[in-house]
Amino acid sequence: MSGLPSPGATGEQISVGVLALQGDFEAHRAVLERLGVSVREVRVPADLERLDGLVIPGGESTTITLGIERESLAEPLRAFHRAGKPIFGTCAGLIMLDRDHLGLIDIRAERNAFGRQVRSFEAPLEIGLAGGPVEAIFIRAPWIAEHGPNVEILGQVDGHGVAAREGSVLVVAFHPELGDDDRVHALFLQGVRDARLAAA
Amino acid sequence: MRDESTFKVKAGLAEMLKGGVIMDVIDQEQARIAEAAGACAVMALERVPSDIRRDGGVARMSDPEMIQSIQQSVTIPVMAKARIGHFAEAGVLEALEVDYIDESEVLTPADEANHIDKWSYKVPFVCGATNLGEALRRIGEGAAMIRSKGEAGTGDIVEAVRHLRTINGEIKRLGGLSEAEIATAAKEHAAPLELVRAVALSGRLPVVMFCAGGIATPADASLVMQLGAEGVFVGSGIFKSAEPEARAAAIVEATTHYDVPERVLRASEGLGAAMDSIESRKLEESELLSNRGW
Repeated sequence: MSGLPSPGATGEQISVGVLALQGDFEAHRAVLERLGVSVREVRVPADLERLDGLVIPGGESTTITLGIERESLAEPLRAFHRAGKPIFGTCAGLIMLDRDHLGLIDIRAERNAFGRQVRSFEAPLEIGLAGGPVEAIFIRAPWIAEHGPNVEILGQVDGHGVAAREGSVLVVAFHPELGDDDRVHALFLQGVRDARLAAA
Repeated sequence: MRDESTFKVKAGLAEMLKGGVIMDVIDQEQARIAEAAGACAVMALERVPSDIRRDGGVARMSDPEMIQSIQQSVTIPVMAKARIGHFAEAGVLEALEVDYIDESEVLTPADEANHIDKWSYKVPFVCGATNLGEALRRIGEGAAMIRSKGEAGTGDIVEAVRHLRTINGEIKRLGGLSEAEIATAAKEHAAPLELVRAVALSGRLPVVMFCAGGIATPADASLVMQLGAEGVFVGSGIFKSAEPEARAAAIVEATTHYDVPERVLRASEGLGAAMDSIESRKLEESELLSNRGW
């Protein structure tokens, strides 16, 4: 659905990490590789070195929270964000980035907001991307219950935010990594390239 | 506009469980311990497989009240087991809104000829398999996740290893077959042609595959992950061990860092005794659970 991103401004390959403590990190890896960037799985703080951006995947937010604690990853992740490097969270990743967890985007996520697995669904969702709505897959998904003034809500279901952006952080409550539509990842990678240009 | 419970959504939940540990629990306290140790889901059941083995008798779906009490005590997904072919038990579990139904050989089969038609449920199913044909037959019936069976309740990893190696070896051998050979392979595996073709092309099962049956230590989890499992089920291995909290967290850690021996070592230290085990080779044919289902 989208063109391959060109190499970064410095001519070096863009390198993106995927937090791989638990969850569908391999699905994200596949999409990112399809889009032509180099991907590294992140399990310990040292894995964050020299990355240009990071994806926090879907999975079980409790499990990932405990994993971040066990690996002492919270402070390194916050430092990564302070360095201006973009972070993209999907589903559990959205929860991990909210006020109650890493606190890198000014939202409060409501976990399992749509209900148990029998309420999981797919639906076309307008989030303002060229080419029209994305096919959004919601699995035991959260929604954004509250957000601060600097958060831009990009998409809604039943009046609740399910996609949002603040500065270099992009979050969605659904799973673009499970479909064939790479536009949301391409949007994130655009941010990664812009951040690298700005830093160069 | 909103499509609930599509196959993508059912198989998608298994994607979210990947790299994680699903733990058998029999009450709220165990469920909370499992969640606090980092389990990505719990399997609610009245007796863990080693007790089912010991007690004998017919093993059925768990008491709905017990399943509900566990649903109320944790926020991670709750799975529950129905007997093979017992579509009425599956209906009850769906009405309870469990997150996944395990059509399980650990319970006493209810139908000796037919598995449940899993397409007709909104709740996704996970099923056991000992080989590729069995896995693809279950997927053909609508299963959205597969687990290699192993030999539940033994604490012996040998059957889990056999089943994983068999499934992955059979997947490998499908690669490079011509269209005519794929049709023959479908016949040999007694599996749907389109699924066999999809596996031959992609080199993997069309759904997530976990490993179950016999995992008792962090190193066991590391072993099966290195053999290609995408996550693990631990039944009796945790709550039949000396220190369940520590062992549960250790198996979670070893599953994440399965390919780093130093981390598996660290996870293996100070756990006390593992569960009492049974060598599966010493079991009589009639005592084997992995033979159930076809």
